Amino acid sequence: MCLGIPGKIIEITSTENKLARVDVAGVKRQINIACIVDDDHPPESCVGDWVLVHVGFAMVRINEEEATRTLELLRKMGEMQDEIKAMQKSEEDNS
Amino acid sequence: MKYVDEFRDPEQARKWLGKISALAKLAQAGKDRPLHIMEVCGGHTHTIFRYGIKQMLPQEIELVHGPGCPVCVLPMGRVDDCVALAEHPEVILTTFGDAMRVPGSQKSLHQAKAEGADVRMVYSPTDALSIARKHPDKEVVFFALGFETTMPSTALTVLQAEEEGIGNFSLFCNHITIIPTIKAILDSPDLQLDGFLGPGHVSMIIGQHPYSFIAKQYKKPLVISGFEPLDILQSIWMILSQLKEHRHEIENQYGRIVQSEGNHNALSAIEKVFEVREFFEWRGLGSIEHSGVRVREGYARYDAERKFSIPNLKIADPKSCQCGEVLRGTLKPKDCKVFGTTCKPETPLGALMVSTEGACAAYYSYGQIDSNQIIS
Repeated sequence: MCLGIPGKIIEITSTENKLARVDVAGVKRQINIACIVDDDHPPESCVGDWVLVHVGFAMVRINEEEATRTLELLRKMGEMQDEIKAMQKSEEDNS
Repeated sequence: MKYVDEFRDPEQARKWLGKISALAKLAQAGKDRPLHIMEVCGGHTHTIFRYGIKQMLPQEIELVHGPGCPVCVLPMGRVDDCVALAEHPEVILTTFGDAMRVPGSQKSLHQAKAEGADVRMVYSPTDALSIARKHPDKEVVFFALGFETTMPSTALTVLQAEEEGIGNFSLFCNHITIIPTIKAILDSPDLQLDGFLGPGHVSMIIGQHPYSFIAKQYKKPLVISGFEPLDILQSIWMILSQLKEHRHEIENQYGRIVQSEGNHNALSAIEKVFEVREFFEWRGLGSIEHSGVRVREGYARYDAERKFSIPNLKIADPKSCQCGEVLRGTLKPKDCKVFGTTCKPETPLGALMVSTEGACAAYYSYGQIDSNQIIS
């Protein structure tokens, strides 16, 4: 559960509730972005940003190089599959 | 160098290992035992075993595995309480997958589910909230677990439930905090530690400052570290440099993720929803002052402990189980009496064998590697 997976914000689904659709290793799901928005980064400016996603919440903005490297490492270690599966399943159950 | 070649950049790994070897003797000078460096975080434990880092290090350095796997430190009584909640007919109990197989004194959540309790695995607390929206006739309880890394997500989910006026959602709160835990470890008389690898993602939330007391009062170095094997090697080298120069500071190797002041929005959500408990019970470590949080009075309607009467029993671990000594770093997993015999990942006796971040499970899967295979 402490594993963070990089994802890319593809659209803002609710400015008010600070929700975004994020592509996490090919799975697109709703992610809460409340922890990474502030006056300098209003929700609408976050599209295209890479973030580290923990249990459905974007916790920190990262650069693309870091994102790519982390994804590659997680894939290689075989660490990501369970988390991605859980993410995919919950998205299907709840959509 | 079979395992070193698995690193993203084997050249870099060799370079750091060389630098570590060059420093190790100097850093250990004056001690009649190896240097003990504790990795507090279960994610680090996993990387260390997965990449055979333990075996690559010179003999002057011994890594001690800390209590940073939240599932592993959950006492049996809390698991029993959670099972009791799950068995209420009106309850849908939602949990992260890691917690399903943690043994209680009678059964795990997994077994409770097999016996008919409505237990559902979720990826996020927001999924639990979605289930609550869909089942207004049921009470949806989320088994909230983890250090500060997952705490903001549960706090924000409670705030969302309040915003939407959802009344059938609550937390069974077992969140724990890192600082009192490290303090308890530093105060334990049978443990000699020389430095810490600080947790990466907890620090992303709380920042660098809360660790200051470790350097100031206890005069130990702590280096906040990333999760890649190269991060860990570099962090170990940073700790050795401090030891060699007789410095004790809080340093941040994981600057690409961890800001020194932490995450403001996450911290304020935590502050709003949770308050510190006087004591929280840990498996193997006993009761640690101020080490857990509970839901604040103002959010009582989201607190399963207030909504339901919970047995709240204290259950001792099985006698044969030595999780406590392993958690305190005084016993190596392989030296536990039941390691690999009656306690295996498929049939765990103790919690450390359950999660992939648990020291015993990591040791069982990767720890039996002969060091000659690695440094050849």
